[in-house]
Amino acid sequence: MLFSLAESFRSALLAIKAHGFRSFLTTLGIIIGVASVIAVVSVVQGLSYSINAEFENLGTNTLTIRADTPFKEALKGKIARITLDDYQTISDNVTGIDSMTPTYQGFGRVREIKFGSQMEVSNVLGTTASYRQVNSLYIDQGRFITLDDDKKSRRVVVIGPSLIEKLNLPSQPLGQFIQIAGEWFKIVGVTVSKGELFGIDQDNIVIMPFSTIQSLIGRQTKPQITIQLSLSKNADTHQVVSTIRRLLRSNHNLSHEQIDDFKIQTPEQLKSSFTSIIDGITMVLGGIVSISLLVGGIGIMNIMLVSVTERTREIGICKAIGAKRHHILMQFLIEAVVLSLLGGLIGIALGFGLGVLASMVIPNFPPAAVPLWAILIAFGFSAGVGVVFGIIPAAKAANLKPIDALRYE
Amino acid sequence: MALIELEQISKHYQMGSQLVKAVHNVSLTIHHNEYIAFIGASGSGKSTMMNILGCLDSPTNGHYRLNDQNVATLDESALADIRNREIGFIFQSFNLLPRATALQNVMQPLIYLGIPFNERKNLAIEALANVQLEDRSDHLPNELSGGQRQRVAIARALVTKPSILLADEPTGNLDSQTSVEIMRLFDQLHKDGQTIIMVTHEDDIASHSNRQIKMKDGNILRDSSAI
Ligand SMILES: Nc1ncnc2c1ncn2[C@@H]1O[C@H](COP(=O)(O)OP(=O)(O)OP(=O)(O)O)[C@@H](O)[C@H]1O
Ligand SMILES: [Mg+2]
Repeated sequence: MLFSLAESFRSALLAIKAHGFRSFLTTLGIIIGVASVIAVVSVVQGLSYSINAEFENLGTNTLTIRADTPFKEALKGKIARITLDDYQTISDNVTGIDSMTPTYQGFGRVREIKFGSQMEVSNVLGTTASYRQVNSLYIDQGRFITLDDDKKSRRVVVIGPSLIEKLNLPSQPLGQFIQIAGEWFKIVGVTVSKGELFGIDQDNIVIMPFSTIQSLIGRQTKPQITIQLSLSKNADTHQVVSTIRRLLRSNHNLSHEQIDDFKIQTPEQLKSSFTSIIDGITMVLGGIVSISLLVGGIGIMNIMLVSVTERTREIGICKAIGAKRHHILMQFLIEAVVLSLLGGLIGIALGFGLGVLASMVIPNFPPAAVPLWAILIAFGFSAGVGVVFGIIPAAKAANLKPIDALRYE
Repeated sequence: MALIELEQISKHYQMGSQLVKAVHNVSLTIHHNEYIAFIGASGSGKSTMMNILGCLDSPTNGHYRLNDQNVATLDESALADIRNREIGFIFQSFNLLPRATALQNVMQPLIYLGIPFNERKNLAIEALANVQLEDRSDHLPNELSGGQRQRVAIARALVTKPSILLADEPTGNLDSQTSVEIMRLFDQLHKDGQTIIMVTHEDDIASHSNRQIKMKDGNILRDSSAI
């Protein structure tokens, strides 16, 4: 049985080679199906690797609290807010917090940065010293903002490296003054580059002390802020989250039936929501691709049926000299499987090539990566397609009566 | 003991309202090392007889005993075994596998016998040598002359050392010179003990045999051994 299998394999390759171009056309459906699945998976997986790496930078024991207007409230024109009062409440009442950072994101005029004749719109943040640890930000030149800066509302900023180029600053910009919303600020530090995520430049950033930005927008307004906090080593995350939730609900005067107007996110949650989006994309595309594999399979079945008809006499000859049903069955089945596996192989190579090309052509896109499981699934699928769609033609061939097959013109 | 015993064998075809009696109530006994020629007009049922004898086709009625085995009761797999081991079939149109070389064609029946590659190859080379074609073993059928193709077919038929060699008009597609060569080969095989049953239209081919069976309308008209 073993060498008859090897024999079938050999004659399958021979038959495929005999109709080289036709075999190629036959497998085109499989090639396209597998190539598209591999291309898509490689791009999406590359993306997911880079997102995961991004999340690794966030400490695992940090929480982010941000306003989240419930849909019903949004319809009424209300906007939920997290304010400094909330910040104060949490810092006064919650134990197990190591450090806490309010972040205010400037908008409007507070985003316009000037240096000389250069003007640039940037992401302007007001925050405190602990922002650096919580967000794994590193300093390339100078220093980060300090507690003292905040206490004295100093007009100092730390800038991201891409602003040096954009504002035409000297490459050692420490001590230079830039203008934000008409006020002058001294550059005291430059961060290490964080690169880009989803094509967004993470280095186009200006960070100033929280109290400084407060004075810039006016003391009387209650700014919308984001609170980041890192938990102390032994703190129970669930405990802390539920305490904060209780405090914020009472601060915001929420009744029992009202849902939270804020979100307390852990990095795990953020990560898993990204992962589930990516998994969703992969599934949908996988579904589309399986349709093309189905079409490819029907192509294989069609050509195998043609091949059985063409080779009816040969089948008759083989039966006349002693071939049994299983010999003929195996020969045609193996031929179908080899055909679709060849398609799968070419498809994997082509798909990976396309994925690499796509991630190179799209600017700021992470490099493509094909996980082993995708290759195994692609192989398994093509083999499966070969078996499923090869079985009918193979059975048709095997069931031919020798005399009928020999008489076939 | 008889090699083949046919008892009231019939093969009928229903063609619309008409019943074609290709072979009708034929009884026949064939012994080892006989050299038989079926003769008769076109459409008299010679090929139908050969196909039944070669287990390529099954009779509608009657009993067929081959080597004391009732062929009618055998399943498809057992019949394949008989075609493989007991019968070597030669066709008018050679019926070689077109994409396989002469050697591969001769090796093919041995695959179904389950013989390992090296042994298969040696047996096939030997069989090709017996028909003086060892120097053509790597040729494809379309690179061989008609006579050479038929000799490859003979080598393939004999490589499993079958008890019967069946040949349906083996020289039908060959010129007279080549036909003589093939018949010389048959005579030699018969001398070496091979049982041969053939079909022919030509008297001088039939004259090589020891027993001539003339068919007409599906019946045996005359059997030279019975006279
Ligand atoms: N598959 C078939 N279906 C219907 N009729 C058939 C079939 N095969 C053979 N016949 C009929 O059976 C009869 C005998 O045919 P067969 O082929 O045995 O003749 P033959 O003696 O070999 O003739 P020839 O010398 O021309 O080869 C013919 O009348 C033929 O038409
Ligand atoms: Mg005939």
